[in-house]
Amino acid sequence: MNLPPVLAPGGIDPRTQACSTAELGPLKLDCGVVLERITVAWRTYGTLNADKSNAILVCHALTGDQYLADSHPVTGKPGWWHTLVGPGNLFDTDRYFLICSNVLGGCMGTTGPVEINPQTGKPWGLGFPVITIGDMVNAQALLLDHLGIEQLFCVVGGSMGGMQVLEWAASHPRRVFAALPIATSSRHSAQNIAFGEVGRQAIMADPDWHEGDYHSHGTNPHRGLAVARMAAHITYLSEPALHKKFGRKLQNRQNVTYGFEADFQIESYLRHQGSTFVERFDANSYLYITRAMDYFDLAAEHGGKLANAFKGTPVRFCVISFTSDWLFPTQESRAIVHALNAVAANVSFVEIDSDKGHDAFLLDEPEFHKTLQGFLDGAAEHRGLLPGRSVDS
Amino acid sequence: MSPTQLRFDLRLIADMVAPKTRVLDVGCGEGELLKFLRDTKKVDGRGIELSMAGVAAAVRQGLSVIQGDADTDLKDYPAGAFDYVILSQTLQATRNPREVLEQMLRIGKHAIVSLPNFGHWRVRLSLLARGRMPVTSSLDFTWYDTPNIHLCTIDDFIDLAQAIGARIERGLAIDSSGQIRPFTPPDWKANLMGENGLFLLGK
Repeated sequence: MNLPPVLAPGGIDPRTQACSTAELGPLKLDCGVVLERITVAWRTYGTLNADKSNAILVCHALTGDQYLADSHPVTGKPGWWHTLVGPGNLFDTDRYFLICSNVLGGCMGTTGPVEINPQTGKPWGLGFPVITIGDMVNAQALLLDHLGIEQLFCVVGGSMGGMQVLEWAASHPRRVFAALPIATSSRHSAQNIAFGEVGRQAIMADPDWHEGDYHSHGTNPHRGLAVARMAAHITYLSEPALHKKFGRKLQNRQNVTYGFEADFQIESYLRHQGSTFVERFDANSYLYITRAMDYFDLAAEHGGKLANAFKGTPVRFCVISFTSDWLFPTQESRAIVHALNAVAANVSFVEIDSDKGHDAFLLDEPEFHKTLQGFLDGAAEHRGLLPGRSVDS
Repeated sequence: MSPTQLRFDLRLIADMVAPKTRVLDVGCGEGELLKFLRDTKKVDGRGIELSMAGVAAAVRQGLSVIQGDADTDLKDYPAGAFDYVILSQTLQATRNPREVLEQMLRIGKHAIVSLPNFGHWRVRLSLLARGRMPVTSSLDFTWYDTPNIHLCTIDDFIDLAQAIGARIERGLAIDSSGQIRPFTPPDWKANLMGENGLFLLGK
């Protein structure tokens, strides 16, 4: 990534030019380290109502960021949930106040390994403490304190965003009215840890990585990061989706070349995914965030029993999974539902029929969107949030 | 939703539920009973439904419904979690009706069960006269293609309720013309004339 901290002092950081930032802290991390000051970068959409009851926190996934609904300042691509956000839309900005912050450890303006360590004046690199999903959530809690929001109407997120949703509900139940964990799990499975490790090893095997100190060497382990992205991207899709989209089709040629060029469309597609990803993502951030996902185990945090995480919870839950998601399969969601039932929590659970794999939560899936809408409408009614302009309520 | 729009048998169940209580509807379909109870009796309702289409339709209406199975998922709930656990026209389709009924009374203070009565005179006559498995309006399946794997009569159900130590607080027999007849077991007439039975059980 050829972005800050290469930035000249006093220069404008394109990553945070179109969003808000604040210095917050202190933040005590699960590993024991205390970060006296952290920067949090966030975007909001809509207007906070007078009694501050209409806030929705949207938690982004591993490679997502705070640019939920507007074009990305580095790539220029539309926000990752832009089709769902807007006036009269599913996440109705006339009704709700949406907050999306870059996670702790991220590389879009929130404190992470790419930022400057105030003690050394250099990028943190591997000197950055190992963070957890709980730390990410606590950083978001500091942001809510800063914004003066006591209780969120809803916390929503898919994949790693869903882990944050579960963590929010478990560790700050009074600050959450409704929770929407999507395509997620209460713990990273062995298979998920394995894929994470493949990605990390690809980055570390790149000679340009320099033990994480690539900034001082003026290099960038973009080849390793691209391979990590390519491997991970396969896990976000499904075999039927890959077959439908690519099959064995060749890339701009009639015959195979008897070489190692990208003969097949799928190869070309993955190479493209890898090469565009490195333009916007930091390799060390990738290491830290995947590690945080690996360490996530909500049951272990609560005496080995997942139900303990939700004992007496006042939160209304809607758990959603997708049939073809093999990275966070339905059984993971069902385990969450069983734990919630064990404490007689208010829970809905829908498995959406889709062939799009894990990425379905980011794609146009009408059934999924109708479910989101129904749950949000029902919860909003219970919370006394009327449809229409939030400023009038 | 006005009371008249609710299906007749669901309306009878709704009448057994006290306002502002906690209800679990097992096999809730698209949630029409839950919606009715929420809107007219301020009931805090939850549902379990096997079919994904049913679950999706219920959640779309803002109801709290999970995809699940009466035979396997009731054991997750803590004891006494609900005031009423409802099982409408489903007991005969469960793999282990006794266990399902026991679980209902473990997690609920009351259980409400409706079932097609295999002791109804039409069923008896059909088997006696034609020598074939009955296919009637309330049992509208051929024997090889039916979800109803544990059919019983009203009297059989009363035996089961007694076997698990349940108290029958109310019994209704509904005949084929929709006439409702309250009864207190034993009642041979209910078992002969009732096309459907509806029970409110307590512990």
